[in-house]
Amino acid sequence: MSLPLRYPRSPMAWATAAMLASLVVLALAGPLLWGAAADRPDPAAVLQGPSAAHPFGTDNLGRDVLDRVLTATRPSLLLALAAVLLGATGGILLGASTAVVGRRARRLLTGLINLLLAFPALLVAMFLAVVFGAGADGAMLALAVAGVPGFARLAQTLAAAVAGTDHLASARVLGLRRHRLLWRHVLPNIAEPLLLSTTTAAGTALVALAGLSFLGLGVQPPGYDWGQLLNQGLDRIYAEPLPALAPGLAVLYAAVAFQLLGEVLAGGVARRSPAPRTPAAPIATSGPATEGLVLQVEDLTVELPTPAGVIRPVRGVSLSLRPGEIVGLVGESGSGKSLTALAIADLLPDRARISRRTLRLLGADLAAMTPKERERHLATGLAMIFQNPASALNPSLRIATQLTETVRTHRGTSRAQALTDASDALRRVALPPAVLRARPHQLSGGQRQRVMIAAGLMVRPSLIIADEPTTALDVTVQRQITRLLSEIRRDTCAAVLFISHDVALVGEFCDRVAVMYAGTIVETLPADRLSTGTRHPYTRALVASVPNLTADRDRPLPTVEGALPEPLAPTPGCPFESRCPRRRDHCTEQAPPLEGLDAVHRVACWNPVAAEVVAS
Amino acid sequence: MSLPHLLRNPWTAFLARRTARLLLSLGVVLTASFAMIRLVPGDPVRAALGVDAAPALVAARRHQLGLDAPFLSQYRGYLSGLAHGDLGTSLVTGTPVAELVRTRLPATLEIAGLAFLVTLAVALPCGLLAAVRTRDGRHPRSELAFTVLTAGLAGVPDFVLAAGLTAFLAVGLQLFPVAGSAGAESFVLPVLALCLAPTAVLVRIVRVEALKVLSEDYLRTARSKRLSPARRYLLHAAPNMATAALTVAGSLLPALIAGTVLVEKVFAWPGIGSALAQSVVTQDYPVVQAMVLILGTTVLLAGLLVDVLLALLDPRSAIRES
Amino acid sequence: MTALQLTDLTVRHHGPRGPVAAVDGVSLEIPPGTTLGLVGESGSGKSSLARAIVGLTPVHGGRVLLDGREVRARTVGDRRRLGRLVQIVLQDPDTALDPRMTVHQTLGEAATVFHRLDRRARAERVTALLELVGLNHRFADRLPRHLSGGQRQRVAVARALAVEPGLLIADEITSALDVSVQAAVLNTIRDLQRRLGLSMLFIGHNLPAVCYVSDAVAVMRHGRIVETAPTEALLRDPRHPYTRTLLASVPSLRTSLPDEGPS
Repeated sequence: MSLPLRYPRSPMAWATAAMLASLVVLALAGPLLWGAAADRPDPAAVLQGPSAAHPFGTDNLGRDVLDRVLTATRPSLLLALAAVLLGATGGILLGASTAVVGRRARRLLTGLINLLLAFPALLVAMFLAVVFGAGADGAMLALAVAGVPGFARLAQTLAAAVAGTDHLASARVLGLRRHRLLWRHVLPNIAEPLLLSTTTAAGTALVALAGLSFLGLGVQPPGYDWGQLLNQGLDRIYAEPLPALAPGLAVLYAAVAFQLLGEVLAGGVARRSPAPRTPAAPIATSGPATEGLVLQVEDLTVELPTPAGVIRPVRGVSLSLRPGEIVGLVGESGSGKSLTALAIADLLPDRARISRRTLRLLGADLAAMTPKERERHLATGLAMIFQNPASALNPSLRIATQLTETVRTHRGTSRAQALTDASDALRRVALPPAVLRARPHQLSGGQRQRVMIAAGLMVRPSLIIADEPTTALDVTVQRQITRLLSEIRRDTCAAVLFISHDVALVGEFCDRVAVMYAGTIVETLPADRLSTGTRHPYTRALVASVPNLTADRDRPLPTVEGALPEPLAPTPGCPFESRCPRRRDHCTEQAPPLEGLDAVHRVACWNPVAAEVVAS
Repeated sequence: MSLPHLLRNPWTAFLARRTARLLLSLGVVLTASFAMIRLVPGDPVRAALGVDAAPALVAARRHQLGLDAPFLSQYRGYLSGLAHGDLGTSLVTGTPVAELVRTRLPATLEIAGLAFLVTLAVALPCGLLAAVRTRDGRHPRSELAFTVLTAGLAGVPDFVLAAGLTAFLAVGLQLFPVAGSAGAESFVLPVLALCLAPTAVLVRIVRVEALKVLSEDYLRTARSKRLSPARRYLLHAAPNMATAALTVAGSLLPALIAGTVLVEKVFAWPGIGSALAQSVVTQDYPVVQAMVLILGTTVLLAGLLVDVLLALLDPRSAIRES
Repeated sequence: MTALQLTDLTVRHHGPRGPVAAVDGVSLEIPPGTTLGLVGESGSGKSSLARAIVGLTPVHGGRVLLDGREVRARTVGDRRRLGRLVQIVLQDPDTALDPRMTVHQTLGEAATVFHRLDRRARAERVTALLELVGLNHRFADRLPRHLSGGQRQRVAVARALAVEPGLLIADEITSALDVSVQAAVLNTIRDLQRRLGLSMLFIGHNLPAVCYVSDAVAVMRHGRIVETAPTEALLRDPRHPYTRTLLASVPSLRTSLPDEGPS
């Protein structure tokens, strides 16, 4: 197993390593070097404050406090580690076994863990330490037992996540025996987080053990650990703070060291270099506006910094929509279609860099506006509908709030007027006004997506961007939603940019289709040409690989062999070149531009498929 | 309404389930506290009275505690005593333990409750603020500082902090009373000692939860509506992280109550915890037994309170639990 | 080849308001060597049905018969007997394989559940299994994170085939995949049917994909089977109104596909 020591060289990691090393050295060497001195009473120097001879003073028998604190490192650490190891072993086995035992045994074990967890570990440890009898072993055992439920719960939660995976279900169905499931499939997959929490728990155990000794339940005189030294010195705190506090400082030091170790192992203190702040290039004003376009995008590029380097998931996309037009943007995962939509709507994550020659919404150049104007222009000119209506609506707010807040913020509409408008918008999407009072979880998936559309309609947008609005919905509901969008287009003349991976759906429902592959648009064509008139080899293969109800079941479906090009190392040539059956030498050298074949059909290919003469 | 019908109501089902769990846990506490005095190694009476106590006195005390009766009737006697508010009698002082609890419980509840409220009041806004500031990999230096600082503070043991606060703020600078409970300023140090580590733990979890909520789709929806940051964070984000944050906060409460034992000892705070600490030293087992019972029950009731509050706040979480 | 027969199978889940029948008295039959497609929308109970057959979900009523004999999945022994006859491939390519085991380890483990194999025999078996699902033997040393979604699903199919079951259940195995990748997995399934003569229950919500690989199709709604018919007959002449709605909802390109694929 490899520890996630991803950034071992950060200064915090070094500091933590040094703190732990000092503890280990003290635990090993402490009793040898200072053990004898720590037990040597000096009646002449009883209860002294700090001095050159005794930097932390002396105790009531004249023994040097510093020597005693240093010597006590070994018992304090050893007992805590033993308690944690015992408790962790028991708890992890108990918790992880819940993932592989039968239903009834699991319920029983879970109930037991819940019951034990109701009591704080320190209280249980105190109780058990009393029952086991005051002493180092009793306290250690008590702590171990008290730690079991916490570890069991953690292991149970982690193991439940593994138990829910398809591979564990498959392993069960294969008939693997329980011990093999546990040791081979469950434990290895939860080991890392468990190790992490064991580290933190070691710190907690050290503190708890010191607490027990502090109460007089732990190490008994003449033995001593930090907790007991603190207890002995506590009465002096009013007169001589330093000798009283010295053992406490040792506990603090060790506890913080273990906490930081957990943090280092979790990768939480990794050296974070500030994200490369490429100064946002002064966005030049857009190119000239074309009359009568709702959306005009030319040469749009998005750059995203990743740990491995900067990638360009969208490269030189040009797109335009006229009023009342439904344009499909279709592509498989990784084609950059969603990022294109987010870039148009100015919703990209902060770290993304966007560049374009032209980006005009309703003819207005977004770059030429003040931020406030831009916000208002986007909020009222554009509506977004997202993929998953279950997560796109805020679960804790009523539908009324979610429908009205945009117009109330940006148009200053009165509350009453906004509510009337909201009822109208709901009626438009065939939902009753009673939905206003509902919360999202009371609606079905299709109803939620209608609410999202109604929220978009509230601003009477000129452009609706729908990003996979039906992917999360059932096929019968999908049909209702696309029909609704068509009606809205007809009634309001809004343009719709419909983003989808489903080429059949896009072909059926859109006027025009743009096909994206690896961040570029490879073909734009009227939707009715998709089935027979495609010219780009990728589009053709994509369409052919979709099984339809009339597919010949005796012939294999055509597939696209190979994989998407590596995003970190783009080649100068055509992105589809490596998978293309019509590849030529020239294709590796230069990317083909998107060129018009006729007034409505454009393709980016050096060697397009010949137009077919098919009577349709 | 018939019983099956009642049980189908999510609320009654939740309450029934939660009450059943409480009763079971209470049974465990009762049995454990009863068994403790019988399980301790050696003779608890002789241990408390000293090795050279007169045999007659020891026998009398044993009889008084009911330790010479058959086991089951001892248990029955213990339970019926509890039902009448009889928590036993101190071996050392001879006073009824119930009296001790009555005078000391309020002081413990005061500092524990206050510390819990302070924890919530500090951790919730700070966690949200930290998440907003460091979301999406922004301000990496702040994030590192936040992580290291909270990890360090989460490791500070409450009783060590208590001792340190006493030394520097009470003895050294004389800003606060050294010990005891008198006046508002006497609360400052115990509450501070109790709530520092839980606050550090909670603020980290709140940040993680807030980051989770901030990356949710509905916050992107809010962004697409171009709402102001204040509205996005306070109206759209905060309510959705409240349940998760309060659940974690609720799970910190038992540990916080247990922490009073050590902190009260340092500040000589006149509560249950210091009484427990003292009786452990004097091996006054009836007192230890009663204090364990009271602390355990307090923890369980606090847990119930938190669960019911959470269910009221977010009814779906209560229903989901089934 | 194994025949499956379900009579009156019922599976209940705990809902917030008491038990809910996810599968409500379903009777089905898969003759040996044939594939039954099972389509339905989310929440129709099709996955609960699949999980109940292999014993991942308890059955509350009715019987599961494999080759005419009733099966149970109470003990590990029952489960092992069941596992020799029926295997399942599940939906999620991200968790389909143990992230810490190489393809070789995963397939080797499955191949040795019921047989002892020495090193060489095991390596040969792994190669043969990979070949069966159309993957090169070089994939054997890879970890799941170095495989694409479609490749992972094909390894999951190979793992299920490692114990040579008579019946394979495929539960939405292509729904998380891109269309071009889905096509490759569907081709693999067709190929396996032909080469191994497997009986199969192919579950999905994508009607064209299910029809493509199935001899007969059952339509499920609200836990019940509303219609079962041979694939051609169902497409030509759907009887139940719900089946007709489903068929009408399937998007299709406006003109039919040309006869030749891309070359």
